[in-house]
Amino acid sequence: MKLDDKLFLVRFNTDKLSHIKIVDSKVCLQQCQDKPCTRFCPAHVYDWDEEEKRIAVGYEGCLECGTCLIGCPFGNIDWKYPRGGFGVSWKNG
Amino acid sequence: MENFDVIVVGGGPAGLSAALSAAQAGMKTVVIERGDYPGTKNVMGGILYTKATDLIVPEFWKEAPLERPIIEQRIAMLSGDESILAGYRDPAWAKEPYNAHSVFRVKFDRWLAQQAEKAGVMIIPETIVENLLYKGDNVVGVRTGRAEGDLGAKVVIIAEGVNNFLAVKAGLAKPLKPESVAVTVKEVIALPKEKIEDRFCLDEGQGATIELYGDSTAGMMGVGFIYTNKESISIGVGAILQPLIRNNWTPNDLLENLKSKPYVKRLLQGGETKEYLSHLIPEGGYTQVPKLHRQGVLVVGDTAMLMNSLNREGSNLAMISGKIAGEVAAQAIKTGDVSDQAMTVYETRLRDSFVLKDLHHYRHMGKFFEENTHLLKVYPKLFSQAVKMYLTADGTPKKQRQKEIIKMAFEKRSKGGLIKDIYGAWRALL
Repeated sequence: MKLDDKLFLVRFNTDKLSHIKIVDSKVCLQQCQDKPCTRFCPAHVYDWDEEEKRIAVGYEGCLECGTCLIGCPFGNIDWKYPRGGFGVSWKNG
Repeated sequence: MENFDVIVVGGGPAGLSAALSAAQAGMKTVVIERGDYPGTKNVMGGILYTKATDLIVPEFWKEAPLERPIIEQRIAMLSGDESILAGYRDPAWAKEPYNAHSVFRVKFDRWLAQQAEKAGVMIIPETIVENLLYKGDNVVGVRTGRAEGDLGAKVVIIAEGVNNFLAVKAGLAKPLKPESVAVTVKEVIALPKEKIEDRFCLDEGQGATIELYGDSTAGMMGVGFIYTNKESISIGVGAILQPLIRNNWTPNDLLENLKSKPYVKRLLQGGETKEYLSHLIPEGGYTQVPKLHRQGVLVVGDTAMLMNSLNREGSNLAMISGKIAGEVAAQAIKTGDVSDQAMTVYETRLRDSFVLKDLHHYRHMGKFFEENTHLLKVYPKLFSQAVKMYLTADGTPKKQRQKEIIKMAFEKRSKGGLIKDIYGAWRALL
């Protein structure tokens, strides 16, 4: 089963504001060869945009696990919880 | 600013247990929860232990939303398409006093929160706590994300879960590292109850669990799991973040890999995925337990790194730590002394209980597996090869076959290596 189809099953109350920021996109471009965030995020929130030469952040699909905050080798992802009442709302948990 | 005796940050098993015990001791208590209600942000594999929960809400099984009482626990070691299985079953576990149940946290935590409310706890949902409030060096409450959202308290109990923002800000914990968390993903797959009971050989309503090692995590430190619910199966896999990154795995690929294993595939066949979830599990162990208290503050549950992954125990450690914290907070408030010194009672009581005793017992485990990455790669293959050779009836005399097995084992791992591994495992686990 494809990840996109799985994420379609998740219930979200999406905030207009993003709760995720890339601290310095130059770090992604110049220092980060490997872009591990594009793999380790269980929801594939992070994707390398080759045209814009930056990490595109699909915060709307964030499952709020916190992996990115710990996994980014440059500490370059500023991840917080969405504002109260927003974000993922599990059906089962 | 509204004032409380106790503010609990986070409505999970630890926070709700803390709030319940504080309220039962007469404290004006509030739980601040970021979800719509306690439960909607909470994830676990799904096993809730009876004994610990009974201490929080006596005879909870008569009312609480539970899935199935677990009567069988299996362990599987996967190597390619092969598997070695072991298990224990006792139908008595389907009856009081039980041992464990599968649960869904959205339902269970909501129910637990209702019990806390009945005891007088106030619950403020949809609210993030951004920081502790200080007066000088003393913690006097919390600052929430709401306008004019400061709340005062004599004691703040930090039950914010594995992502330890507040505990770090308060100087109690360090930021988590890729080697001390397991990234875990899970699917809830709907199946008719008759199918579940047939496939797991269960009587009506009974439940089973399977933990899967070896190729379930592609040899990385971690574990796969399958738990039966009433009308669904939860299947998940968790691996330590550091090897996951190093081996370029995506969590979803790891889960799909597990689902495709012959032994697993058949159990799930025809099921329909209803939800995909992810969560971090704190795996730092004893050596990374943060400072558990300071003046006016106690740290509980996942935030306190209270997780025994070998025995798949977490919610029970969380609930017991919460209960003790609630009691200690109430006692300290009643005597008018919430100093760091007064709060040490919490740590002492955790050390006297199984919670920190178990963590201390397994204190070498994390390092042992971290330093011996070959273990979950070499041994599943070695064991399944050995069992296969032993069970294959091809006319080879058994004495010769046993010699061949020993020879094969030494080819896969040297004599010295085997002895070192056995000694290491002994030290780490026993």
